[in-house]
Order: sequence, then structure tokens, then C-alpha cells
Amino acid sequence: MSLNAKTLNEEEFFYGHKACAGCGGSLAVRIALKVLGERSIAVLPAGCMSAVGFNFPQLCFGNNAIISTFAGTASMLTGIEAGLRAQGITDFQAVGFAGDGGTADIGLQALSGAIDRNDDILYICYDNEAYMNTGIQKSSLTPFGAKTTTTPAGKNIRGNLRPKKNMFEIVAAHGIPYAATASVGYLNDFIKKVEKASKIRGTKYIHIIAPCPTGWGIPTDETVNIAKEVVDCGLWYLAEYENGEYILNHKPKEFSDVEEYLKKQSRFRHLTEEDIETIKRSRDLKWEALNKNFRNN
Amino acid sequence: MKPYLRDKLPQKLSEIPDFTAYEAGYLVTKNAGWRNVRPEIDKEKCVGCLQCYLHCPDGVIYKDNGKVAVDYDFCKGCGICKKICKVGAIRMEAEK
Ligand SMILES: Cc1ncc(C[n+]2csc(CCOP(=O)(O)OP(=O)(O)O)c2C)c(N)n1
Ligand code: SF4
Ligand code: SF4
Ligand code: SF4
Ligand SMILES: [Mg+2]
Repeated sequence: MSLNAKTLNEEEFFYGHKACAGCGGSLAVRIALKVLGERSIAVLPAGCMSAVGFNFPQLCFGNNAIISTFAGTASMLTGIEAGLRAQGITDFQAVGFAGDGGTADIGLQALSGAIDRNDDILYICYDNEAYMNTGIQKSSLTPFGAKTTTTPAGKNIRGNLRPKKNMFEIVAAHGIPYAATASVGYLNDFIKKVEKASKIRGTKYIHIIAPCPTGWGIPTDETVNIAKEVVDCGLWYLAEYENGEYILNHKPKEFSDVEEYLKKQSRFRHLTEEDIETIKRSRDLKWEALNKNFRNN
Repeated sequence: MKPYLRDKLPQKLSEIPDFTAYEAGYLVTKNAGWRNVRPEIDKEKCVGCLQCYLHCPDGVIYKDNGKVAVDYDFCKGCGICKKICKVGAIRMEAEK
């Protein structure tokens, strides 16, 4: 049986941090570390989770943790794993927690290299869909239509013009041993995936949607609900890639209302009917592909 | 190990190591002052399902005799616990 709220390690390894109230990223980091335990060595590049976790001398990780360069999460994980292995130490888990910018933009090359070498590391991308720590700039994981400080909503351009990069399938296309998507709105699914990943040798990648109340323009108590809703309305999906096969873990019987999901967030409030139709169309196309190429479980 | 608030805080620069590595889980400040509202748990209503404990981004809800309790030193008052509680055992009270 897999872990759940009752059986999860009671210790806390990410505590007293300075993330905003209701931060989805901090929830993802906290839960992953409860699954992985004290023998995990966490690497955090520049981004919110390092900024809120290491305010010297306030150090909020109860396990070994280190800040990497913005681009270097995966290469530092590689070095940690190789260094400990060289010393004959084997009972540890090298785990990275990088943002969407740190993963899909600046850190992509290092991550691709690590997967290519099949280094024995776990890379977790907490995706809050923008560069939050520097004040909400667009990344390649910002969804279509979202207002950020570099994709403002005005008369002519209504937020981000580009669709969200398909990071999960880009990683899977390397032929990685294990990759998965997740959401802080479905924590039991995330727990299962972290636990599974920790038992696989080679490179593992988990991409978790982690809403940011500050950047998304939602109340602090809505983080978990909105992370559930993005899955329920079909704009995100829970899946795995293993042994060369794509698996869909969760298939909503009927999608909830996309417009309702969008209009709850101030970053989408400017969208027109037409924009919302565009978003629905791209969702339907995505699900056509998912239904065709992904096995259900 | 759960990071904890230290009794004795470094007072002088010389008490802080002059290299970039330091003890894990070393807390010197609380987060309580961030809070406008505080979650109050009704122990009569609580059924101990632990969903609030699971979903708290700050990890400040802990198991307490089959029910739960809150570490108010580090709770930020986000209200996620209240929304997640199916039996309505959590009430948000204004901080005075
Ligand atoms: C090489 C380099 N470029 C830019 C920065 C500035 N910087 C620090 S955090 C950050 C944003 C990180 O965004 P993301 O990876 O999405 O994480 P988030 O802050 O959203 O959690 C940027 C641009 C940096 N630290 N290093
Ligand atoms: S800005 Fe967003 S991601 Fe960063 S700490 Fe605040 S809520 Fe978390
Ligand atoms: S209000 Fe937020 S920080 Fe405080 S106990 Fe509830 S979920 Fe945790
Ligand atoms: S969610 Fe409600 S019932 Fe469940 S443990 Fe928390 S307070 Fe108790
Ligand atoms: Mg980000």
C-alpha cells in the first residue's frame, strides 16, 4: 500500500520558511521531503523555494540542502550523487526542486544532460507558471492568455501569446526511466509518484502544478482547490511515462467549466469569450492526443 | 529532523560561521506576525482525518491524541486547512 496522510513520516523537513501564505510550491516541497525523508539531499536553484528556505541564519530545511546556480540544478544533483557514491555512501536520495523558469528555460540543458547520462537523481519541477521570485515574469511554462509583468494585458495584446511548453513529454522523449505529472490538488497521487520514483534507479522527473496566490491572483485559501480544478477542467492532466509507455492516471468523466477556472484568477480576468474558446479548443486537441497515445490505468 | 526555534541566537558576527555551510533546521524567527486570522480547531467536531495536516503548506498542523493541533508560532493564517476540512471543525478567527 502506498503512503497517505496517516502513514506519512510525521517529521517536517521544510519548516518556518518565508513563502507567502498559501504557497503551493512550498506544499510540494514539504510533501516530497516527507516521502523521501532525512537522507535526501535537496538542491534548490535560484527561485522562490531557495529564497524562502535559506534566509541565513534562518535555515528551514531539516535535511541537507544546498542552493545551486539558476541553470545548474541537474548538474549539481549529478555532482552530489557521484561524490557520495565515490565515498561509498549509498543510502541517500539526491532531489532537486526547481521552478518552471529554472526547469523549462534556463535549466533545460543541464537537465537534458543528466537524463542523457541517466544519472541516479530525482528532479522535481514545481510549476507556478511564471518567474515568481523576481516579480511574475513569463516563462515558457506560462499558459496562453496569462497576464504577467512581461506579458501585460492591454488593448491589443491580452496576456501571454504563446502556449505552455510541453515539458513532461519533452523529458519523456529522452527515454527517461520515469517521468510523471502531478498537482498539489491531488496530493495522494503526488505522494505515490514520489515514492515510486525514489525506488527507481536512473533519472526521474516529476512535474507538479503548484499555484502561487501572489502571481495568480487568488485568495490564499484557494491554492489547493484551484490546483484540483485545473485538472478537473482538463487544462492539466495526471500522467506517467515508464518503460517507454505513456499512462493516463486520471480521466475526468466530464470536464468542469474552463471559464470558471480562469475567471477566478486575476491573471486571466481580462480574457475575452474568443480567448476562452481558443483555450477550450487547444484543451480538446490535447485530450484527443492523450486519448489516442496514452494508456488508461 | 524538524527545524526548530533556537533558544540561544547568535548575537555577534563571530558566533556565525564564516563559511557558507551551516546547521540544518536552524530557526531564529517566527512567522506568527504574518497572520491576520488564526485557525481554531473544534476538538469535538474533528474526526482526525488529517487532511488539514496533509495540505498545510507550512506543515504546522500536527497529530494530537487522535485529533490535530496547530503550531501558532509558524502558522500564517492562509485558511487552506479550513477549506479542506469536510466536517467544518476549523474556524478562522480574526487576530486581535
Ligand atoms: C543566471 C541567473 N539569472 C537570473 C537570476 C534571477 N532570478 C532569480 S529567481 C528568478 C526566477 C525564478 O523563476 P522560477 O524558476 O519559475 O521559480 P519561482 O521563483 O517561480 O519559484 C530569477 C530570474 C539568477 N538568480 N540567476
Ligand atoms: S511568490 Fe508565489 S511561489 Fe513565491 S513564495 Fe509567494 S506564493 Fe510561493
Ligand atoms: S491557516 Fe494555513 S498555515 Fe495555518 S494551519 Fe491552516 S493551512 Fe497551515
Ligand atoms: S480536516 Fe478537520 S476533521 Fe480532519 S483532522 Fe483536520 S480538523 Fe480534524
Ligand atoms: Mg516559477
